[in-house]
Amino acid sequence: MIELKNISKTFKVAQRSAGFSEAVKALFKKEYTYVNALRDVSFTVQDGEMVGYIGPNGAGKSSTVKVMSGILTPDSGECIIDGLTPWKSRKEHVKNIGVVFGQRSQLWWDVPVIDSFELLRDIYKVDESGYKKTLSALTEQLNIGDIIKTPVRQLSLGQRMRCEIAASLLHSPKILFLDEPTIGLDAVSKIAVRDFIKTLNRENGTTVILTTHDMQDIEALTERILLIGKGRILLDGTLSQLKNRHSTHKTLTVDYIGEKLPEAENMTVVKDMGGHAEIVIDTSLISVSQAVAQISASVELKDISVTGESVDETVVSLYKEFNI
Amino acid sequence: MKKYLSFFRIRFIAGLQYRAAAWGGIATQFAWGFLTILMYRAFYETSADSFPMTFSALSTYIWLQQALLAMFMFWYFDNEIFEGITSGTIAYELCRPCNLYSMWFVKNMAVRLSRAVLRCVPILLVAAFLPDPYGISLPQSFEAGALFLISVILGFLVLVSLSMLVYISAFYTISTQGIRMLATSVMEFLCGAVIPIPFFPVVLQRVMYVLPFASVQSTPFLIYTGYINGIEALHSIGLQAIWLVLLMTAGILLMKCSLRKIVVQGG
Amino acid sequence: MKLYLKFIAIQLKSQMQYKASFFMTAVGQFLISFSAFLGVYFMLSRFHSVKGFELPEILICFSVVLTSFAISECFVRGFDVFPRLIQSGNLDRILLRPRNEVFQVLTSNIEFTRFGRLLQALLMLVYAVPASGIVWSFDKIMTVVLMIIGGIAVFSSLFVLYAGISFFTVEGIEFMNIFTDGTKEFGKYPVSIYGKGILKFYTYVVPIALFQYYPFLYLVGRSDSIGLIFLPLLGFLFMIPCYCFFRFGLRRYKSTGS
Repeated sequence: MIELKNISKTFKVAQRSAGFSEAVKALFKKEYTYVNALRDVSFTVQDGEMVGYIGPNGAGKSSTVKVMSGILTPDSGECIIDGLTPWKSRKEHVKNIGVVFGQRSQLWWDVPVIDSFELLRDIYKVDESGYKKTLSALTEQLNIGDIIKTPVRQLSLGQRMRCEIAASLLHSPKILFLDEPTIGLDAVSKIAVRDFIKTLNRENGTTVILTTHDMQDIEALTERILLIGKGRILLDGTLSQLKNRHSTHKTLTVDYIGEKLPEAENMTVVKDMGGHAEIVIDTSLISVSQAVAQISASVELKDISVTGESVDETVVSLYKEFNI
Repeated sequence: MKKYLSFFRIRFIAGLQYRAAAWGGIATQFAWGFLTILMYRAFYETSADSFPMTFSALSTYIWLQQALLAMFMFWYFDNEIFEGITSGTIAYELCRPCNLYSMWFVKNMAVRLSRAVLRCVPILLVAAFLPDPYGISLPQSFEAGALFLISVILGFLVLVSLSMLVYISAFYTISTQGIRMLATSVMEFLCGAVIPIPFFPVVLQRVMYVLPFASVQSTPFLIYTGYINGIEALHSIGLQAIWLVLLMTAGILLMKCSLRKIVVQGG
Repeated sequence: MKLYLKFIAIQLKSQMQYKASFFMTAVGQFLISFSAFLGVYFMLSRFHSVKGFELPEILICFSVVLTSFAISECFVRGFDVFPRLIQSGNLDRILLRPRNEVFQVLTSNIEFTRFGRLLQALLMLVYAVPASGIVWSFDKIMTVVLMIIGGIAVFSSLFVLYAGISFFTVEGIEFMNIFTDGTKEFGKYPVSIYGKGILKFYTYVVPIALFQYYPFLYLVGRSDSIGLIFLPLLGFLFMIPCYCFFRFGLRRYKSTGS
């Protein structure tokens, strides 16, 4: 179980200004500003949960991940992960976690992947039989059997990312932190990575915390969402809650045969091309099924689809709402 | 011309940003110069007769060397340029309406000068107040001072054109690190950075004076201290100019060849 | 220990991927120290001796310093390029692994090209040993060995200190060169030639005289006190403050994340 209570962290950042005279001035005096990277962050993640951690750049996502993985000591607050405080008992703690940075590699660049794996096995003191079992399971699930003997620098980004994920799981951690794992990947690799994470969470019960800017990742993977902005947790809830809370409008796209669509206060026809129309309804006034019933009462429906606001749009409007 | 000037300005200001680096560098170079002078003092005290110049001239030479180190140290290369060549991002630079040779030349000059400007004043100031014969003294004469100014500029340009050859060599090899080390060790030795040229055996000295390396720092510093004077100084400056023309021509031609190669191969 | 050998193997394998570069760099390393040797050689052929020390004696001294520098640089290189480790974010990766941080920094970079410099150092030793006229008894051989070991301890400590300082300032780190490169550079000559003040500095502040000068006096027969042989071992004491400083820096790194 992961428990964060009132975690706060402030950084001191040196100012640098442009121009010749400023540059000379800076030789003698430096100005600093203080940035509140984390303000009173609290949340709890149960074992086996999968959580999406979202927020704009610089919101405090990676600081939180650093605190949880023991690299960063917060100014105040408490963080207990499986009974340990990460920054106090670093060595024991990191045995239980795996971390994947989408933008950085942990594999040794010039040697075949398998050499890196074997070194990691020794670093984490994984016993031989356990290693073999984990490795064969991972190579199969991630489909990296063919590339495992290739030097890392010759791999494509998608191949490398799959190897990175395998490398982070060799010691069978209970918790996996994924920092933008699908960044820069093509569609096929993205889906492969998502499927794997899903399976891992379902079958091994690994707790997964995922930070990403890719809303499709969130949609595909996580039920629960944490939204952080300016160092504060703004929202903690499920994806559908998030959507509902923010948007009560849905769009019905219908193909129909008939004369005239019904007109009502709670249904707005935004486009009608005779046989094909888009109708926006407010779900706080009328439910989707009521709307469909009303429409089919006056025309014959051939096809209908219901779309809500996309997650991306929701998030953008959330950012706006919280002014971040 | 204007574009090169503004390019120079940007690089120069960027170089000035590093406050802590400048102080660190000043402290290092000061200590370095001081220890070097103490080392020569040991030799001087052992056998003053074998000393090829006065001790105070030697001190002056060392302080000039330290103060202008950032201008004349050969091993300071711009990694951006090397990476640009090996990774192929050089293609972007080729799209700009500038001559690549001139651009790199200006870039190198700006980086080196910005470092030197920050560092030389404090070092020279302190060195000027050190008691004789450990401090820096004024040029031997007014003429020596004037000739030094010409010579130091020429020397600087010769150095940059030499380092351009090393950059260009990156077009032909993946191992720029090896080339850099080889070039640096030869260069430092022959230009009088390890020990000043007058301390070498006489036969070697004659050869070294003719090579382009002596034109870099040895000639201006020796003119300043009066070790090279009169008509000899004019000759040395002439030699510097000849080497500058030759090296720049060689660099420009080589650059053309290698760029043609790149364009043909498509990077 | 087994793990350390594994790290050596993987580093060697990596570096052998670029053979041309590897050998060019090694040759460059050799040449750079060779030109330093030539500098000493030409100075001594002009002056014959300095403060009573002659070329073979000086070369023994130079060789000991260069050998220990080359060996430390080869194995402690991870600390030498530590600022890069911080900037690239690879230090975070190190902190994410359940092993001692110092051990991991040590193994993050092992620079085998330094054997070029080592070779140059050993060549000088081979030349200087017969030329010096020292009678090579057991205690004299002991002295040289301990001098080198002590030198490795001091240089390694300096690299660790360097890394510790780079937690606080990456830009200003240049001044540490006076201690690392400077020691190699000015350690060419017995440090007493720089005068009493410098000798004191090199005894009590940066203790290179402990392995380079005092035992050297015994070696070349200028002192009879046999205790000088063991003085280099004091170099290990220097490791303690340097290591503590590194830990201190690491703690700060964890609290600033930068």
